[in-house]
Amino acid sequence: MTATKTISPQHRPHLHQGYGFEDLPALMALMTGAEKHGPAATSTLDVLWVLYDRVLDVGPATFGRQDRDRFLLSKGHGPMAYYAVLAAKGFLSPAVLSSFGAYDSPLGHHPDRLLVPGAEIGSGSLGHGLPLAVGTALGLRAQGLTDPAVWVLLGDAEFDEGSNHEAVAFAGASGLDRLHVVVIDNSSATHGWRGGIAARFEAEGWSTATVDGRDHEALHAAFTAAHPGRPHAVVARVEPKES
Amino acid sequence: MPTTTYTMRDRFLDVTARLLDEDPRLALVLADISAAGFAPAAERHPDRVINVGIREQLLIGAAGGLALTGLRPIAHTFASFLIERPFEQVKLDLVHQGVGAVLVSAAGSYDWPAGGRTHMAPGDVALLDTLPDWTVHVPGHPDEAETLLRHAVADGDRNVYLRLSAHRNALARPVVPGRFLTVREGRRGVVLAVGPMLDGVLQATEGMDVTVLYAAGVRPFDAAGLRAATGAAAAEVVIVEPYLAGTSDREAHEALAAVPHRVLGLGVPRAEHRHYGSIDEHLAAYGLDARSLRERITLFLP
Repeated sequence: MTATKTISPQHRPHLHQGYGFEDLPALMALMTGAEKHGPAATSTLDVLWVLYDRVLDVGPATFGRQDRDRFLLSKGHGPMAYYAVLAAKGFLSPAVLSSFGAYDSPLGHHPDRLLVPGAEIGSGSLGHGLPLAVGTALGLRAQGLTDPAVWVLLGDAEFDEGSNHEAVAFAGASGLDRLHVVVIDNSSATHGWRGGIAARFEAEGWSTATVDGRDHEALHAAFTAAHPGRPHAVVARVEPKES
Repeated sequence: MPTTTYTMRDRFLDVTARLLDEDPRLALVLADISAAGFAPAAERHPDRVINVGIREQLLIGAAGGLALTGLRPIAHTFASFLIERPFEQVKLDLVHQGVGAVLVSAAGSYDWPAGGRTHMAPGDVALLDTLPDWTVHVPGHPDEAETLLRHAVADGDRNVYLRLSAHRNALARPVVPGRFLTVREGRRGVVLAVGPMLDGVLQATEGMDVTVLYAAGVRPFDAAGLRAATGAAAAEVVIVEPYLAGTSDREAHEALAAVPHRVLGLGVPRAEHRHYGSIDEHLAAYGLDARSLRERITLFLP
């Protein structure tokens, strides 16, 4: 029921990796080529960093543990920030980053869970991560694992997909309180959402917070807010896609 | 949907409820269809019997998520809503994630003719043929449905489709998953009857000098069984399926690629059939009743 957890030092992968947030641009710069989702990639950078650095109880050494926290990248477009964070946290060797998109590379322009160490799902087609996360939260609960948190990251335009709305309504109605969503809102949805995205989650009984997606302290506070009995959605607003 | 006899779907409800009691790894995901029948099981296992409401994309996505945590999910609804409506979820949330589930359908191709086209899914097996490594069971009797359901649940983490129909044969056969069964032997050709088509095929071929093979499962396709039944030289094969005509023709051609052969694929036509009525009336309209089958098989055989 608690949203905040203290991560024991041995589960904090960055302690022995030596990479910090300031190293991510250099790691991302290793990924070159014809990838067209550059702006989409940087929109997630701060959120991914705060989650992996301070919130998620998962690292390369604990990834096989059944009681690990799960992070599902639903917005599979522009995964460079994701790969950079996975490399910074020791899931991936930074040496593979430069192979981005190449034939034998594990790193595609959309991630594949069977190729990327640390990736919980393969994604790219929009609207699949949240339903998979709902099933993951249900599966953990059915096995008595009530502590691990399940996180899923969506984009605001991805939220257009109807499959997400099936999942939002069901998760709210069933009080899936270990389920967490973070929506990166860079105002890229064609028609937008009247009243803001958080209102949609609130209407279905979720706990919500809307914060500056570049402010690490605000993100951390939103990510760790208590939400007993309810799933939790954080809308992280970043600069519009076109700016 | 009116049912007057004990159906494969009734057996699915009974057996799955028992399996949930016995196997803590099993989970059942529903989208309102059959939820009332599973109410006692849901009461006993509230965390493993999950009704997501009328949300078929979530039905398959949630099954994928359950499988990611190591459970063995069964997802169940009518075939139209289980395979056709959320087909991208079947492709991505199961196959692409590298996880498996047991998909159990009801209503099939023509179970509820009065319900019209919206509740008919004769293309389901052909659609699954676009994906790799599916097991497809098509039982013809409630006893066979139980055998194949138990096999599917225990079949590792494979993706399995169990296609249940109100159309059934009078007798259960001793089915073995992945193997065709020889029901009758003859010399002029082989007629492969799939699932509930067996009784009609046996009636149609009465007195004819043909081998009748019975398939309660079509994927993987028992190529060795078909080759053995056709014998040495040339092969004449008729396939009678309760879904789209021609669905298994490619499998038969591959199985017989080394010998001269002809294949006639009979089944449900592609064209929409805008009539209501009964299962028997639809089988007759599709040329799948015993009399039509006899004519079509006789015309085809040399």
